[in-house]
Amino acid sequence: MMDELDKAEIRKIAYNCKKATFLIEKKQIDKITIREELELKIHLAGCSVCRIFQQQSIIINQMVKSWINSSPQEKKLDENYKNQLQNIIQNRIKKN
Amino acid sequence: MQADKTLTIKTQEVVLPNPQQWVLLYADYLFGFAVTRLNDENLAKDLVQETFLAALEKIDLFKGESSEKTWLTAILKNKVIDVYRKNASAFTKNILVKEALQDQADFFETSDGHWNPVHWPKEFGVENQEPLLNKEFNQILQKCMQKLPALWSVVFTMKHMDDEPTDLICSTLKVSPANFWVIIHRTKLNLRACLQKNWI
Repeated sequence: MMDELDKAEIRKIAYNCKKATFLIEKKQIDKITIREELELKIHLAGCSVCRIFQQQSIIINQMVKSWINSSPQEKKLDENYKNQLQNIIQNRIKKN
Repeated sequence: MQADKTLTIKTQEVVLPNPQQWVLLYADYLFGFAVTRLNDENLAKDLVQETFLAALEKIDLFKGESSEKTWLTAILKNKVIDVYRKNASAFTKNILVKEALQDQADFFETSDGHWNPVHWPKEFGVENQEPLLNKEFNQILQKCMQKLPALWSVVFTMKHMDDEPTDLICSTLKVSPANFWVIIHRTKLNLRACLQKNWI
């Protein structure tokens, strides 16, 4: 299957950055087919711009993921609001 | 009173909810959970309050099978998903979306899919220096996410932050799988370009 790619196809792959960046995104989330894998490999071998895109895309995903575990002290509620919340809860409990 | 009722039914190993302690123990955590996902502090505050009130309403349902923290987080998570849903449906009616889509179209040449030279990715210069730890870099990315159309930001957050399965995201937001992938691709193009514009 892999040697079925003819020159015209390789040319198409080599120039199609839109497809390559799509595959870069898909690969980070899902499986891509062996053929897609091969296309991406061929493209990245010849395209330094998409290699930069891939590296940065991975970094962005890692950053977003890291926010989930970011230290809680960075995101604190202000004390006023907490007191307000405490009062609301107390009042509800009394009512019940 | 409710606590007594629970006691008579359950064994003594059961953990009783203690709402008096909720604010002290969980308010900051829940706020962090919401603000990380919604990128909106006021909305996150409201959801924390709604979560406590909803939890009080159904306190009898708390079985002590999970911890109080897990239970409260599950209630909050459902509220966050409700916001996602609302944002997603508001999006479809939004004309701004069309404009955003057209904006994206010129990332690549329509004829052959080659990068439009104006949009060529350039090195950020932080790739090899722990960009994850760079505070300023993180803040710029957060600002870039706030600028995204609502649906894009929701799809991106559910996938890359919460690691939700693709079919769940599609059914929750009523997005076709094909559109899901288009949104994932465009969002990343957009975020990366925004970082490049504001960082370099």
